[in-house]
Amino acid sequence: MSISGLFWQIFAIVMALALAPLLTGWVNQCRAWLQNRSAPPLLQPYYMLHKLFHKDVVLAHGASTLFRSVPVAVFGCMLLACAIIPTLSTDLPFAPAADTIALVGVFSLARIFISLAAMDVGTSFGALGGRREMLVGFLAEPALLMVIFTTAMISQSTSVVTIVETLAHRDFVIYPSLAFAGIAFTFVSFAENARVPIDNPATHLELTMIHEAMILEYSGRHLALIEWAASLKLYAYSCLGLALFFPWGIAEGNSIGGLLLAIPVLLAKLTVGGGLLAVIETINAKVRIFRAPEFLGTAFLLAVLGLLVRLMLETRV
Amino acid sequence: MRLLDEPIDFTPQPGNAGPVWSGRAADGAELQRFAIAAHRAGGRLAALWGADERQRGGGFGLHCVFGLDAGHAWVRLELPAKNPAYLDLAGIFPAANRMQRAARDLVGIHFEGGPGGGDARPWLRHGAWPADWFPLRHDAGPADDFPNPPSDYAFVQVGGEGAHEVPVGPIHAGTIEPGHFRFSVIGERVLRLEQRFGYAHKGIEKLFIGSSIADGARLAGRISGDSTCAYAWAYAAAVETACGTNPPPRALMLRALMLERERVANHLGDLGALGNDAGLAFGLSQFMRLKEDWLRLHGTLFGHRFMMDRIVPGGTALDLDAPALRAIIDQCDVIGREVKALRKIYDEHAGLQDRFQTTGAMDADLAREWSMTGLAARATGMILDARVHRQGYTPPPPYAALGVRPATDVRGDVAARVEVRFDEVFESLRLLREIAVGLPDSEVCVDIVPVADAHGLGVVEGWRGEVLVGVALDGAGRLARVHPHDPSWQAWQALEHAVMKDIVPDFPLINKSFNLAYSGHDL
Repeated sequence: MSISGLFWQIFAIVMALALAPLLTGWVNQCRAWLQNRSAPPLLQPYYMLHKLFHKDVVLAHGASTLFRSVPVAVFGCMLLACAIIPTLSTDLPFAPAADTIALVGVFSLARIFISLAAMDVGTSFGALGGRREMLVGFLAEPALLMVIFTTAMISQSTSVVTIVETLAHRDFVIYPSLAFAGIAFTFVSFAENARVPIDNPATHLELTMIHEAMILEYSGRHLALIEWAASLKLYAYSCLGLALFFPWGIAEGNSIGGLLLAIPVLLAKLTVGGGLLAVIETINAKVRIFRAPEFLGTAFLLAVLGLLVRLMLETRV
Repeated sequence: MRLLDEPIDFTPQPGNAGPVWSGRAADGAELQRFAIAAHRAGGRLAALWGADERQRGGGFGLHCVFGLDAGHAWVRLELPAKNPAYLDLAGIFPAANRMQRAARDLVGIHFEGGPGGGDARPWLRHGAWPADWFPLRHDAGPADDFPNPPSDYAFVQVGGEGAHEVPVGPIHAGTIEPGHFRFSVIGERVLRLEQRFGYAHKGIEKLFIGSSIADGARLAGRISGDSTCAYAWAYAAAVETACGTNPPPRALMLRALMLERERVANHLGDLGALGNDAGLAFGLSQFMRLKEDWLRLHGTLFGHRFMMDRIVPGGTALDLDAPALRAIIDQCDVIGREVKALRKIYDEHAGLQDRFQTTGAMDADLAREWSMTGLAARATGMILDARVHRQGYTPPPPYAALGVRPATDVRGDVAARVEVRFDEVFESLRLLREIAVGLPDSEVCVDIVPVADAHGLGVVEGWRGEVLVGVALDGAGRLARVHPHDPSWQAWQALEHAVMKDIVPDFPLINKSFNLAYSGHDL
């Protein structure tokens, strides 16, 4: 672990913290434009966080310690995820802490925490959201694992850093398996980040909510942390997707030149990615909740197809 | 004359507020027999209310309006001043349940016996006044000193493995009117929905009592902001009938013009909101843009975005000149084009249609059972529209001459209610053009001379359904009792049944596809 490696690791985390709300703001702005609305300011999520951090917390009478600690736990999980996903450089001192499988575990941990907190207060909406979240989760996670196995088979390692290094820095080869895995990953990202067509982050209809229903009882700084964590999750998934399927531009060492190039490349990729997300969200309606298994089942199927393609076509025996 | 071969003598209501026959039942049994005959003839319970008529020498009055093929039968039953009670009608027309309970809460007339009857729970009274005090009695006195403790309400419980309740409202996550929905569910599946309303009760009927006809018109226009033209017209028609006044033909046409514009405005808003509730926010912003343009022209031409107080007893409060009519026709062309394009998007959007189709389905039998009217009833295939010719029924002027084509669909689901809205928008645009071109020349308002102890019933096909206003004048020609009846009274109860086969997250979409009134219902 070099000093410069540590510096860039911390830089990547700080950048995640700072950029994540910006990505959310950008997606919201694109959505508004696509719907012919005048868009909220790009920095609106920051104003929101600022407002929430300055508000008093209103706690339900039955709220336990769990309820109060979950925002921190979820925030921590997302921060860890952002730390081990290569955004700028593959020289990440924290990366050996968790491989891709553990990364899926970190996301699951956050999900379990927030579902428990949703049920902690005992409102019907919390339980409603919690159980829907678990339904989505247990269908999304296997698909995500399959996607990761496909990439892991290419690079012979489950370490995120090794996968990205392998994919980004070998001679340009087209992997048909990655095309399947990429589509499956996109499906899973929509479900995991509570976006249309699985969930609607903009809805006010409490009976239709998934993610929002779980956090209805949160307020003040707790809500701020959860909103920030949601932004971080979107950022983490975007960066993971970019790292796995569009890894070009990520610096391999700690050369200043490579890293300085990596920053604008990442910003450009996130800008395009956020725009595409907004387009997909705008042209789709939300699916009936019992269609979510079909949606995620398709993702799983595609991921398995990717794995099979890898095994049958790309592996030399 | 007799209706349905029952021994009640009916007299046709004069004037042109629609075919209404009024009669008096000798006793509760006679009323009940008439209700059974009306039910058997495929009729419906259009409205039910109570009135304190002791000052006019009698006791209390129970007013029932039955919708029959040929028009409305308004049956009055006199109840004794001491212990006013009548036979429960909810066993014949289940929709009577809430209306009877509201009449008991407000006037203190009781219903008893009968199958499925005797629901002892209050409806509009949430404990803000005691059970032995009745706000609509003329000797009730001021209402401000009562303690208002939290009251309990006995919802019907559903038991069994895994069954539990999800209470929603009266405060909701979005900015909408207050209403409580108690879902009994297993997982996501709705076993039963029970509503509780009355949170928007503000004593409108009490305010009418003793008001002048002109003040009453302003109040009637404020019962439900989205239906201000429908209520104002129904009230005006009732008053005009009571006073023997006929509004000039140009005024009737202008009223129809306003009513159709109100219908289009609400349908545009609903179509956008339905897209939004299915997660297609694009639909909302597009339709809201159209609705905004539509309302702005109201502001320009009528001086009010919702056209409040423009329909008055005797006629209309304003006239439109040729440039205004030209602007209306031009806007109809623009909006028609845009809605056509949006309809294509809605129709061809697989995700949206998947959410709409088979969701919240109900059939014509259910609609008939709950005495429903309006677009939700028409979406089950019923041709029930006060503006439309039926066998034996001629709509009141000016609709008799306009030849309205009813919009119907047989599926009865959300998709059907969306289609009926689209069809009605296009039909209303056609009517608007026709009205604007063929507006007769005449004055637009005549004076109303109050007639003592007169009564009248006005019926108007508002955008939700049939809006009724019953008016009774006292000896001085002021308002003795006004009962505005919203079609939501019946439709809310049908909605409880329409969601039973569906899942909890689809309820907001189903609810929006009916878009029923809170304010107009709670009064």
